[in-house]
Amino acid sequence: MTTTQANIESHLIPVLETVSDPEIPVLSVLDLGVIREAVEENGTIHIKLTPTYSGCPAMDVIGDDLKTAFTAIGKEAKIDLVLTPAWSTDWISEAGLQKMEVYGIARPLSETADKDVLLGEKKLVKCTNCGSTNTHLVSQFGSTACKALFKCDDCQEPFDYFKCLK
Amino acid sequence: MKEHLYNYILGIADNSLILGQRLGELCGHGPTLETDIAGTNISLDLIGQTRSYYQYAAKVQGEGKTEDDIAFLRLEREYKNVLLVEQPNEHFGYVMGRQFLFDVYHLLFLKELQKSSDETLVAIANKGIKEVSYHKRFSGDWVKRLGDGTEESNKKMQEAIDYLWAYTDELFDMTEADNKMVAEGIGVDVSELKKPYFEQVSTLLKEANLNVPESNYFTRGGKKGIHSEHMGYILADLQYMQRTYPDMEW
Repeated sequence: MTTTQANIESHLIPVLETVSDPEIPVLSVLDLGVIREAVEENGTIHIKLTPTYSGCPAMDVIGDDLKTAFTAIGKEAKIDLVLTPAWSTDWISEAGLQKMEVYGIARPLSETADKDVLLGEKKLVKCTNCGSTNTHLVSQFGSTACKALFKCDDCQEPFDYFKCLK
Repeated sequence: MKEHLYNYILGIADNSLILGQRLGELCGHGPTLETDIAGTNISLDLIGQTRSYYQYAAKVQGEGKTEDDIAFLRLEREYKNVLLVEQPNEHFGYVMGRQFLFDVYHLLFLKELQKSSDETLVAIANKGIKEVSYHKRFSGDWVKRLGDGTEESNKKMQEAIDYLWAYTDELFDMTEADNKMVAEGIGVDVSELKKPYFEQVSTLLKEANLNVPESNYFTRGGKKGIHSEHMGYILADLQYMQRTYPDMEW
């Protein structure tokens, strides 16, 4: 996993785990892979945060939530937004992907498969309600920049699909 | 050098800001829920990219200004966006036509910007290119769907392309900042994008059963700050809060 490349000091993990994505509350910032660095220097926590999408409004909220979480344990956190390397859906942890599916968002497919389903050429996205892959794209854009809207042709339930970003 | 780089960054960012603002006007007014959400999602990507550019521009300028000062507190003549992005949302054909004509350019541009010697611009380009590829797929699909749809949708799509065509050539004008930044290895020579641009656009228009306009009349001026009559209204909307409540923050 590419996430292992992130430089995160292990004693900070318990606090980081408490901060979640405001749009997908079941995912912690660690599951999402947006923390690229978290180190403590002279009592201050330095965090490098990378956005999922350029305009993702959740990033400002995540930054504030991180500061609040560290303030609660008497530490000051400094947040830096970094753009390189650009975030990829590969950085979402396996645990995160599983939580996401239970929450009702289908996990991103591989890059080629993603293209096929978004162009409506293949049916590969698994319905989060009944598990059928007899699903179709309703909208290339969903409730947030990172998702597309799908509908299951078996159980008729609409659901979100987390788009592959590489 | 510093001033040219600052102007260069604004020249890129202002296009995204104004197009993002135009798309934002449609929030809650899209023809269907899905297209409404798509328009605002694209707007969000563009404004997100704009923020990264403006933050960098503010740093380059070094006068302690913020991204908000750059976005909200300039006068019309100081915005460097092309005329294409300020054209109004007459109907959905115009919205998708404008988007498509800009997206093709935007993607070609960002691919070249990835080769810049400026690390920050490369980072923004790397991030933005993934988003813009998606935008282009969306707008291109709609141009095809409308062009190759009913007689009525074809007529309206053609009308939009014919109207917007006059604003395409300006995309490839080189400004003073462009020339200086190309010489430094930072900027993109946009004049070289003209050929692939018109090839790509023409191919898709033909696929969409639309005529490629033959008109050689092109209008320009936005890059030099000489905007169309629409720009004042856009800025009145965009700058309202900052002008009314100076220094307000969310």
